Amino acid sequence: MAVELDVFVGNTIIMSEEVYQLWLDGYTVNDAVKVRMEGGVLDEFDAKVDVVLSDTMDQYRTFQMCERLLHSPTKLANQLLFQIPPHRQATLIERYYAFDDVFVREVLGKKLSKGTKKDLDDISAKTGVMLKSCRRQFDNFKRVFKVVEELKGPLVENIRQHFLLSDKLARDYAAIVFFANNRFETGKRKLQYLTFQDLAFCAGQLINNWTVGAVDNMVEDMDVDLDKDFLQELKELKVLITDKDLLDQHKSLVCTALRGKTKAFNEMEANFKNLSRGLVNIATKLTNTKDVRDFFIDLVEKFIEPCRSDHWTAADMKLYLTHYTNSAHILDTFKSVTVIFMYLFCTFISPARVTLFIFSSLAFLKFSKAAWLQES
Amino acid sequence: MPGKLKAKIVAGRHLPVMDRASDLTDAFVEVKFGNTTFKTDVYPKSLNPQWNSEWFKFEVDDEDLQDEPLQITVLDHDTYSANDAIGKVYIDIDPLLYSEAASVISGWFPIYDTIHGIRGEINVLVKVELFNDLNRFRQSSCGVKFFCTTSIPKGYRAAIVHGFVEELVVNEDPEYQWIDRIRTPRASNEARQRLIFLMSGELQRKIGLKVLEMGGNAVVGYLQCFDLEGESGLVVRAIGTACTLEKLSSGSGTHTHPNTAPASNACNSPSKDGKEPVFGEDLPSSSGPSTPFRALPTSSSSPPPFSPSKPCSRQSSSSDTDLSLTPKTEMTQSPRLRPGIFLCPSSPILSTDTLSLPGSGTLGCGHYSGLRATTPPPLASTHSDSALLRKSVSFTEDLLLAASGMGSGSMGKDAGPLKTLLRQQTQTALEQREFPFFTLTSFPSGFLLHVGGVVSARSVKLLDRIHNPDEPETRDAWWEEIRQEIKSHAKALGCHAVVGYSESTSICEEVCILSASGTAAILNPRYMREGCLDLGGSDQRFEDPSPSSCGFCHIPYDELNMPFPAQLTYCFHCRRQKVPDVLFTTIDLPSDAAIAGKGCFIQARLCRLKKKGQGEANATAISNQLPFMEYELHTQLMNKLKLRSMNALFGLRIQISVGENMLLGLASATGVYLTALPAPGGIQIAGKTPGDLNTEQHILNIQKRINDTIAKNKEFYEVNPPDLTEEVVGSPIPEPRLRSRLFRSHSESSDELSELDLSHGKKDAFVLEVDDTDAVEDIHSLLTDASPPKGFYSCNTETMPGIYNWTSALQMFTSVRVLRLSNANLSNQALNKVFTDLCENLLKSFYFKLRSMIPCCLSHLVFSVAVPEEDLIQVAVTAVAMTFDKDQTQEKPAEKPITKGCSEAEDQLQFSLELCTDSSSINSQSSSKNSGVPESSHLSTRDRCSTWLELLRLKAHTIRRGSVKTSRRTQSLAHSVSSLEHSSPLTEGRSRSLRSSRSFGGSSVSVVKMTPLSFLPGTRIVKYVGIINMFFIRETTSLREEGGVSGFLHSFVAEVFAMVRAHVAALGGNAVVSYSMKDCVLMENPNKNQCQCLINVSGDAVIYIRETDQEVTGSTANIGLSCTSSADGAT
Repeated sequence: MAVELDVFVGNTIIMSEEVYQLWLDGYTVNDAVKVRMEGGVLDEFDAKVDVVLSDTMDQYRTFQMCERLLHSPTKLANQLLFQIPPHRQATLIERYYAFDDVFVREVLGKKLSKGTKKDLDDISAKTGVMLKSCRRQFDNFKRVFKVVEELKGPLVENIRQHFLLSDKLARDYAAIVFFANNRFETGKRKLQYLTFQDLAFCAGQLINNWTVGAVDNMVEDMDVDLDKDFLQELKELKVLITDKDLLDQHKSLVCTALRGKTKAFNEMEANFKNLSRGLVNIATKLTNTKDVRDFFIDLVEKFIEPCRSDHWTAADMKLYLTHYTNSAHILDTFKSVTVIFMYLFCTFISPARVTLFIFSSLAFLKFSKAAWLQES
Repeated sequence: MPGKLKAKIVAGRHLPVMDRASDLTDAFVEVKFGNTTFKTDVYPKSLNPQWNSEWFKFEVDDEDLQDEPLQITVLDHDTYSANDAIGKVYIDIDPLLYSEAASVISGWFPIYDTIHGIRGEINVLVKVELFNDLNRFRQSSCGVKFFCTTSIPKGYRAAIVHGFVEELVVNEDPEYQWIDRIRTPRASNEARQRLIFLMSGELQRKIGLKVLEMGGNAVVGYLQCFDLEGESGLVVRAIGTACTLEKLSSGSGTHTHPNTAPASNACNSPSKDGKEPVFGEDLPSSSGPSTPFRALPTSSSSPPPFSPSKPCSRQSSSSDTDLSLTPKTEMTQSPRLRPGIFLCPSSPILSTDTLSLPGSGTLGCGHYSGLRATTPPPLASTHSDSALLRKSVSFTEDLLLAASGMGSGSMGKDAGPLKTLLRQQTQTALEQREFPFFTLTSFPSGFLLHVGGVVSARSVKLLDRIHNPDEPETRDAWWEEIRQEIKSHAKALGCHAVVGYSESTSICEEVCILSASGTAAILNPRYMREGCLDLGGSDQRFEDPSPSSCGFCHIPYDELNMPFPAQLTYCFHCRRQKVPDVLFTTIDLPSDAAIAGKGCFIQARLCRLKKKGQGEANATAISNQLPFMEYELHTQLMNKLKLRSMNALFGLRIQISVGENMLLGLASATGVYLTALPAPGGIQIAGKTPGDLNTEQHILNIQKRINDTIAKNKEFYEVNPPDLTEEVVGSPIPEPRLRSRLFRSHSESSDELSELDLSHGKKDAFVLEVDDTDAVEDIHSLLTDASPPKGFYSCNTETMPGIYNWTSALQMFTSVRVLRLSNANLSNQALNKVFTDLCENLLKSFYFKLRSMIPCCLSHLVFSVAVPEEDLIQVAVTAVAMTFDKDQTQEKPAEKPITKGCSEAEDQLQFSLELCTDSSSINSQSSSKNSGVPESSHLSTRDRCSTWLELLRLKAHTIRRGSVKTSRRTQSLAHSVSSLEHSSPLTEGRSRSLRSSRSFGGSSVSVVKMTPLSFLPGTRIVKYVGIINMFFIRETTSLREEGGVSGFLHSFVAEVFAMVRAHVAALGGNAVVSYSMKDCVLMENPNKNQCQCLINVSGDAVIYIRETDQEVTGSTANIGLSCTSSADGAT
């Protein structure tokens, strides 16, 4: 008494978000049925397994047929095969492109190549995200990357338009693309404490402030690459540590400002030279692609870890950097470059980001960078 | 040379990659009409070609315009080898031929390939310039409108209903031609698709000619079917009801074209043309033709008993199927009271043991049964010479009685002179036409006077015995026979017309079962007369005195000479006329009928094994089974009706499907409690062997369960009729105790009767006797029919009786299920169970899938069963789920608009339950998206825009103004894509790559609603833009890769929907009403990894607007969208 064929097709697409999620998560039909039955929501309906199975099969088939369209979401709006209400289209796309933070943290900064794809089963085992879901997420990253790679203009905006994603998701994808493009190393053990959202925030800051697009929308370049000129300019910071006078002057300025304001003052004063050297060294090396990749790990090793071992608090860190940059500003030569540089550091230092502070600084950052460009 | 067809190929999008090397396609298009072909230039290396061709002009006869489809083929140019076909689009240009319908076809059509399915889309513009041709010998019938809708279309008025039109066209099936052995499956499929397009065009044209001849201008209830006879050919046949329709000029502001050629033709021609079947002509002189009815029993209805060819078959069926006429089963104590008149109801047993009958039954019973027993042999012998096996099954008992017992002169005794006069006049009108049949199922009020009951006829034919397979004569003769039979059945019921008439076939190998059924009725003659267009008019003398809420229930036949045993009572409404105790019909519930509670879907299922056989023997076996199947189905229906304490069935549709080794019977109907009819009694279980304690206990249990179920059903369906029992007692005629018996065994003991009487008091009970396991099974199956979950109702009629306040959300769906019987040696019982479960499970899964729409009603549930091959049972269902407002169920339709007006995006929010959280933001987004569009002016928009559309756009604009800022900026194509894009700061140069990938039709596709009903709740249909009648074949040689049979069919059905929607949108419509899937023929061969499927769908494309908002919502904005999207390529 085998059911040879069983289909149910509606004029308007018939889907339940629950099943869609199960499909996206990589459940097989049978597992999905199990989950749904256990869910208990169906009890009130007295649904038998076969009914749920038939429903799940229908929806899975629908999703499979839709998947081709979801690969280029703009097609979804003008395709004729399925009649999908606009809000449903939005849901389908948004959910399809949604990803697991655990998974993305693993592939962040890796080359989106076949090689990485082969490693997906390891990642799947490690993160507990089903392989099927991993593949979908990975392919999504790759697809977005490929499309945006060639495009001019603001990265986030491009992603949002081509994949019809929400602002939040588009920003996340921008971060992923940015990391993949610059191949930032994020997999080291020392960096494990940073979540995807922490890194995405950093990426956002970098995109906004360190890329060419950030400086001038009309320039024939894009958001994906760091501004080479800017990195070149950073080399000038070297004076801060090579010039003995300048170093001492800088230190005294900072220490004067900090005295009495923090418990960690002694450590700050003692370590000033080391920390300053660390920061400036990182900044001046960024013209090398290799060093760009190690940017995050260097930052943690050279700056954040020493601070941590001295038991600085996040507030201490903020205070220190504020004054470090302000003081550098006072020193004639470098002004804004430092300002920009330093403020960005602040974002990495504490996982519990001082969001308010960062955001309020943002306007200032942009302004000062523009000013700096004008001056130079 | 009366027509010029013009076509323009604008653009393509989403084309498949045809050149692997470049991942691109060099596409061009061939446009073919008749024998003329044009080509566009090759648009190299693009998946989104912009051909923007010139206008291709075809100068053709209007005959060809009607017959031929416009055939558009998209190809990939290949320099070295043959060009590869990407796919085709067939466009039926018929809608352009009526003056009132669409003036241009313009839009994106899916490019369809029978092997690959939809492969991209193409934007096409088609226009027709028609010159007037007044040649009276013309072969074309341009201008006759066709409607699938089985009621008078909204916005029209039926000036005259002319009556039945039918036509049948035969051709050789390309799949069975010799050439099919050497050509590709694609070529074969395309030949078939094209042939069917041609044939249905021809069929429509021929029917149109008949309509013009009758003086009509439209066909309503147009029902077209295909019979894939295999070797003997491919038959396309259609029936319909010819009418003269007049457009109502309501103050709606819709554009009302004056009625054009056909209409005026309709008015004038009859007077010139004497031979036309004008029914009204004789009417004024009422005395003259008064005889026909009297003469009826002796002359015209005499064939049943006396004609040499038919009687045996008639009688054979008559005794065991009481199918059609329900009242008959209500066997009272007739055996004792009036012996010799009624057939003994114990008939089913006759088949097994006919000899026992004479002793047990009455005189009449014995007589007939004897006849039946001898039936099979003569049947075979008489008919074999004509190469046809014929056996009709109908509820002919009535017929027999009408013919023999009634005699002449009985007429008029009961009905009074007025009625008599009325009858005579209608009679004369209807007598003149060959078949007084109407395919309509619902009528303007006052049209239907009385309903007699269901009439049906079936006959079994052998296809390989057709002498001239390529000619339609033989099939015509077959149908003629069946129609004659139906006609005489109706006469036997004292009715002169058959309404809700339909025909169907079931073919297996060379055996073909032809079936026809309808409802015998008496109609008001006003509608059939010329020169009486004024409906409200002077014809008072024809007014039936009985109120419309119960008038149709009154018996049309003579009380003293009833055509069958029935229990008559005085109408519970008017108390003046007699009504039967149960009424079965094939029509929809008349809108003014008085009912109690809600309706409910009732289904009887039956599966019978049959020995495999060949030729005549096989046909005989089938025809012998048919009556028993009909009887069984009828019994089931009756029991289930009682179980829901209802007393009438509407929309009854009985399908009998034949397979190699089994016969399937499926009867679906909607049960209702008509307050004019007596309250149904309960069901009484009777044990065969009293004394056995176990059995008695068991029976008590069953009885309790049945009573509980009845009580539960009463509550569920809110059947709370006013307590009528008291009144009945006081009614002028003393009520004989109502008792209905349904015997499962032939041995009847009278003492049982008295026992049972006590048990149920004075209420009439329906007795089920439990005497063997079969009966127990049956009762169990009765009880296992689960009622729908809370919040769900279902029916198979147009409207759900008892629900009036529909909200606008609806979901049309098609579901197909095929079951493979793994165990070859199943008993009938087990098979029945399998089949019943299959149907029940289907219903259950509908309820489950659509649970988010609660409270909701599944309307127009149409089941169709088939036996595609041995051990396979296929059930296909099309229906629509509609939501309604639970709180105000009692409200009348007039009040509903206010309650639901405000929610603009309601139709988009079909699943509001699931997505309420983010819907608001999306709505605002979508509305802003839409807003810009009405502003933009495009070529095709102007072409199509009729005044009403302009009006709507104006309104839309006024509404939107203020809420959306961007509306002024939507002049350019790219900018209309979405408001999101406006904000993009890209410069023209930089964004080219971006734009080019997005520009094509960036606007979202217009929403096209589909429904099998003739209306859309909460909306008003302002225009019918044309009939949709499409046939598709899909084949695959990579079944596994496409997800197996389910995956294959799933995408095919979705593709069919998509193509229907695209055609409707191109005609300017935004919905399909009266949609139906006529055929779904699936042939699979999993071993070869192959599968083929044929689907035929039809419906009426319409434009609707929201009833409530004069403000314009999604729907109209969408029309705007469709216009602009179609124009996208043009600009």
